[in-house]
Amino acid sequence: MLRRVNPVSEEGLVVRIGDSSFPPSFRTGLEYAAPARGTWNIVHTGMLIPESHQIFVCAESCLRGVVLTAAEMGAQDRFSMINIRGGNIIDGMEDLIIDGVGEIIAGLKYKPRCFLVYTSCVHHFIGCDLPLVYRTLRERYPEYDFVSCFMNPIMRKSGLTPDQLMRRGLYKPLRETKKDEKRLNIIGNDFATDRTSEIRRIISGAGYSVSEIQDFDRYDGYLSMSEASGNIVFGDAALAGGKDLEKRLGQKLLYLPYSYDYGRIAENYRLLCEHMGCDIPDLSADIEAAEKAVKEAKSVVGDMPVAIDYTMTYKPLGLARFLCERGFNIARVYADGYTADEKDDFERLRALSPGTELWATVEPRMRAAERTYDGKILALGQKAAYFTGTDLFVNVVENGGMYGIDGIRRTAGYMIDAVKHPKEAKSFIQQKGLGCTCVFE
Amino acid sequence: MGVCSALFELGGMCVMDDASGCNSTYNTHDEPRWYDSDSLVFITALTENEALMGEDDKTVADICAAAEELRPRFIALAGTPIPAMCGTDIPALGRVIEKRTGIMTFGIQTDGMHSYLSGCSKAFAELARRAVRDPGGKRIKNGVNILGLTPLDFSVGKPAESVARAVAEHGFDVVSSWAMGSSLDDIALSGEAAVNLVVSETGYEAAKILQSRFGTPYVVGTPCGGFAGRLMSALEEALSDGGSRTAVAPSSDGDTVIIGEWVASASLAAALDIAAGIKARAVCPLESKLAGNSEDRIMEESEVTDALIGAKTVIADPLWKPVMPETAKFVPLPHEAFSGRIFRRDIPDLTKEESILHIISEAEK
Repeated sequence: MLRRVNPVSEEGLVVRIGDSSFPPSFRTGLEYAAPARGTWNIVHTGMLIPESHQIFVCAESCLRGVVLTAAEMGAQDRFSMINIRGGNIIDGMEDLIIDGVGEIIAGLKYKPRCFLVYTSCVHHFIGCDLPLVYRTLRERYPEYDFVSCFMNPIMRKSGLTPDQLMRRGLYKPLRETKKDEKRLNIIGNDFATDRTSEIRRIISGAGYSVSEIQDFDRYDGYLSMSEASGNIVFGDAALAGGKDLEKRLGQKLLYLPYSYDYGRIAENYRLLCEHMGCDIPDLSADIEAAEKAVKEAKSVVGDMPVAIDYTMTYKPLGLARFLCERGFNIARVYADGYTADEKDDFERLRALSPGTELWATVEPRMRAAERTYDGKILALGQKAAYFTGTDLFVNVVENGGMYGIDGIRRTAGYMIDAVKHPKEAKSFIQQKGLGCTCVFE
Repeated sequence: MGVCSALFELGGMCVMDDASGCNSTYNTHDEPRWYDSDSLVFITALTENEALMGEDDKTVADICAAAEELRPRFIALAGTPIPAMCGTDIPALGRVIEKRTGIMTFGIQTDGMHSYLSGCSKAFAELARRAVRDPGGKRIKNGVNILGLTPLDFSVGKPAESVARAVAEHGFDVVSSWAMGSSLDDIALSGEAAVNLVVSETGYEAAKILQSRFGTPYVVGTPCGGFAGRLMSALEEALSDGGSRTAVAPSSDGDTVIIGEWVASASLAAALDIAAGIKARAVCPLESKLAGNSEDRIMEESEVTDALIGAKTVIADPLWKPVMPETAKFVPLPHEAFSGRIFRRDIPDLTKEESILHIISEAEK
């Protein structure tokens, strides 16, 4: 029968920030996966390329997760698979992929423009000659683009992670073409940047246009991103893609990282304006609007504890520090690791709120830890909602398109809405790929 | 996924030896009990270097550390493609872990290249070998173990409960249900049952082991609609003569085809025959040992066409529909092991006669 295993020791599972130094570390070993599934995976992200078709080549157990991701999106018509069996490992994999892809192309009832072929851990371990595979496919089927994609989580500590590789692969079909100096791309995000974000106004104010992959429902439109003179990258995971495009196509990489610090945001815009050859505009009205929204959020949230997790924002400590400076009671932050650029936020938060607890999420004892909180708590993110058992939560993943000063304003709005409109987390957070099409809706 | 699904409710700790994140497939698509329970299912978060350098010591140490804190009733370690390729001796690791922790440990040599049938079967087989106590001659008259109950074949809620109820309603005492609704302690007493009912192929290996250990006969079949009566008669016959038997027979004729796990599909075929004289053939897309004819097993998409030649009606999971012949009537019958949670709310309770009649009416529309 099902039973709870409580209580568990919390040593090494949670630490008060006041008792910690940067970067806080948690014990590594076995890992647990909470049922908060809103973050996107490589299937969701790959589907952003319009008129593309995905082919996964892997073992049955690995296929199941991706085929059902596509099915839950209602996108199984854009998805095929090649099942690896034991004998394939001994016989070699090159012919299996080449012949399998050919069979799939022959059997498709529509004509995509591009194939994303995902190889897996197995191919790397047997030394599959992937350059030969792709060279052969491109020779046999010159009318299609083929993108080398990867589902090899075992390699996540061996160079680029599968997520970074996916965000790089997303733009591999872009090709050398005549540049439009007045055009920029924003790349590497699952969500389109909010129309209300001041970055769009700054870009258009300088006489530039800006494109994102989400703007296009046809492949030719997507390929027109090749014409941009530069690529704006917000997140670390997309940096490899930006560097690749800079090297291959000469598109200037503009790394303008997510931040909850007005000074850092202004520095981002200084770099952007420098590229565009214009002056940085006055941002005081944007800041005033954001501060007003945050003040309103504070009046609604009051002293209610707040928990933040890494699935909602790429900078959980930055958001925690920002809110803490404005009087919010930051009780918990959930993340298993932190990036070096969060050190200043960590130190500031430690000084302001030494009692804030930093919790791991994949540590095995999180499976047995009480998923409740003593009293009301506002959760920012799906994992924070799950682990605290609250019905007051912001259901956003991966920043959800929010960026810059406007992103802060919108975050405050989400917080107000979360407090005013309780919802049962179980009904919301188990859906994969929040924001994608979903057959459950 | 099979190993974890089979053992989920028994208070153990299941560990997949695989890369970080790979456990989310199981948690999301195969385990409807995940959100509300605390059952311990983890992953070793294997990395390239650990796999290549054979760092088994780390795997053992991590499992022992977690077991010390979480105190599971048993531990199950299951292999996946990369450990299989590297030749990781999972059973040996299981023995080392058991020696260090003093906790019964199953090292299960799965490889991620087979269906859930393989993992479930191996997990239930380990229970039959090691978790079931010798009854010392004690027998519960009319005592039945139900073998092969997992959400992958029966989803959650009513279908699994109904199987036990159908058995009890025919005058049998359910000693244990492997493994939904029973504890490890219940299963330890399984040796006292007089007969075993194998309701899916996942329980078949365990039944054979229990027969070998205690002489307990088994009967293969799922109590679907009107077929339940015939199945219970087979149980009584097994009790009477001590012989094992398969209550469902592979059929090679009929223009209705049922695609799914073989025991359930063949039992449904029998129920359709009893209810409306419909002759149906069970076709299994899994590596079944029970499916009698090779043409009734389909392992490749290209084999589907051959298997469905002449079919006027196909009863199968909705995700099969895109490869169905346009000439055949398609009747959806969701199967959690195939489509996961997508159609869960439409999964019928096939023990109920009304579910059988609904399928018949859909087929006749």
